[in-house]
Amino acid sequence: MKVVVCVKQVAALGDEVEFTADGRDVDPDFLEHALNEWDAYSTEAALRIREALGSGEVVAVTVGGGKTEAVLRRCLAMGADRGVRIESPAADPFAIARALASVVERERPELVLCGVQSSDSVQAATGAALAGLLDLPCVAVVTKVDVGGDGRGSAHRELEGGLLDVVDFDLPAVLTIQTGINEPRYATLRAIKQAEQQEIEVLSCPAGEPAYSVRRMFVPVRGEGAEMLSGSPAQIAARIAEIVNERLA
Amino acid sequence: MSVLVVAEHLRGKLRDVTRELVTAAGELPGPVAVAVIAKDPAAFDVRLAGVDEIVHVAVDCEEFESDVYRAALEALIRERRPGVTLLGFTVNSMGYAPAVAAKLGLGFASDVHGLAQSGDAVVATRSFYGAKVQAEVDFPGREQVVLLLRPTVWPQAENGGGASTTSLPVPAGASRARHRSFEEQPPGDVDITTADFLLSVGRGVEDKDSLPELAALAEKMGAVLSVSRPLVDAGWMPSARQVGQSGKTVKPKVYLALGISGAVQHLAGMKTSGTIIAVNTDPEAAIFGTAHYGAVADLFDVAEELDKLY
Repeated sequence: MKVVVCVKQVAALGDEVEFTADGRDVDPDFLEHALNEWDAYSTEAALRIREALGSGEVVAVTVGGGKTEAVLRRCLAMGADRGVRIESPAADPFAIARALASVVERERPELVLCGVQSSDSVQAATGAALAGLLDLPCVAVVTKVDVGGDGRGSAHRELEGGLLDVVDFDLPAVLTIQTGINEPRYATLRAIKQAEQQEIEVLSCPAGEPAYSVRRMFVPVRGEGAEMLSGSPAQIAARIAEIVNERLA
Repeated sequence: MSVLVVAEHLRGKLRDVTRELVTAAGELPGPVAVAVIAKDPAAFDVRLAGVDEIVHVAVDCEEFESDVYRAALEALIRERRPGVTLLGFTVNSMGYAPAVAAKLGLGFASDVHGLAQSGDAVVATRSFYGAKVQAEVDFPGREQVVLLLRPTVWPQAENGGGASTTSLPVPAGASRARHRSFEEQPPGDVDITTADFLLSVGRGVEDKDSLPELAALAEKMGAVLSVSRPLVDAGWMPSARQVGQSGKTVKPKVYLALGISGAVQHLAGMKTSGTIIAVNTDPEAAIFGTAHYGAVADLFDVAEELDKLY
């Protein structure tokens, strides 16, 4: 079974933030990059499907500039067979989905796995958008998946409150994978070194019209916010104990 | 700018988010229609204040199935041409609304927590980069926009209104991802939803071996130990102890959060607690925006001192 895993290099803010001159995004100098947490789980899920079936191929795909290849190398080190980067300025989920769609159409996998959402923009939309563009079925927020060789699968979808929706689906399909579905493996040092040498295919795709446009970005005013307790840990603990006792009395 | 709200239901009950969407729709000009996609749409009463029209879309499945809802939403948007379509930012909406919006080339944003209007255009506010910053987004050149709104932000619309009801037929198509059954999570050894005092720990714990001392502290303080999602994902604690959107919604008298940054999904599960006290090393942690009391400190330093006091 061929599985395409769509992964994203996400950006996180440190303690400080400054904005770009046009005020529409964070200055890149204030961002740190990593593989999206959800995508580590979806990569692991893809590897486990390949291992359970005893054959198949896992293709990791990302959209972005050259530096985003770091996340593909992590997937390769975990055990993905190939890495494909789509050079594109796409930043919104639909433009990213259009870029991914071109590779999925070419690869014709039985399964496409995406993370439920990315930690930096939390749209939870790329996987379903990809399914819509390619007219594939979509199973969103999956915490368990079983696929056989019969062109079908079943999955648990995690609804609000932890209720599970058990779903039977036809292949090919797009699944969005929730954290906690498995325990993503660590790559060995040897595998990391090997992944460094592996060739990554680079394609390109125009971004097209974005799904939205940022007018302005800002640090939110926190409203009232919390009354901050200061002092040593002992002083903080004493105040906490006081508040707790007062409220429980 | 006509507004279409898509009602959401689960196991025969209308979900609260539907009422919230109607309230949000009222902030935009133009008539508000509520679509009910269901096997028996009439079973769901969406006569709410501010609703001008109810659209029944009868489909062939009792519970949510993504292909069926995709076809229904696509038909609604094509036939009725709403300027803005509002859905909840819920697990079910995530599974089909982006598919329709992408296919039809519409404007789209999700986890929207603020709505405004600028001229003829709708402006949505949403968060980026771990909710540390927010942005106003708009949709230049798009006549139709689909927005998924964050639950529990807008108040719930009251019953009322004299909405008329129409039907929209949708041809039955293949459903390639079919609902089989629901399964409840296994019940835990303790019910965190009935506790007066929760000591809740999160990612800041970092090491599974630290949990026993925090559990002991909770017991000493007379609190029940609860956790945020990462600790359940890591397999350190059962899901019955999880506070948040995918876990339990809690409302204790006191919620003491140690090492919890305050992801939106977590806040949704505890923000109505009586008194929230948060300890976190990151002064910018989102939880300080919701907590009543906060302290920038290492959770273990504070835990050690609390231990001495009890």
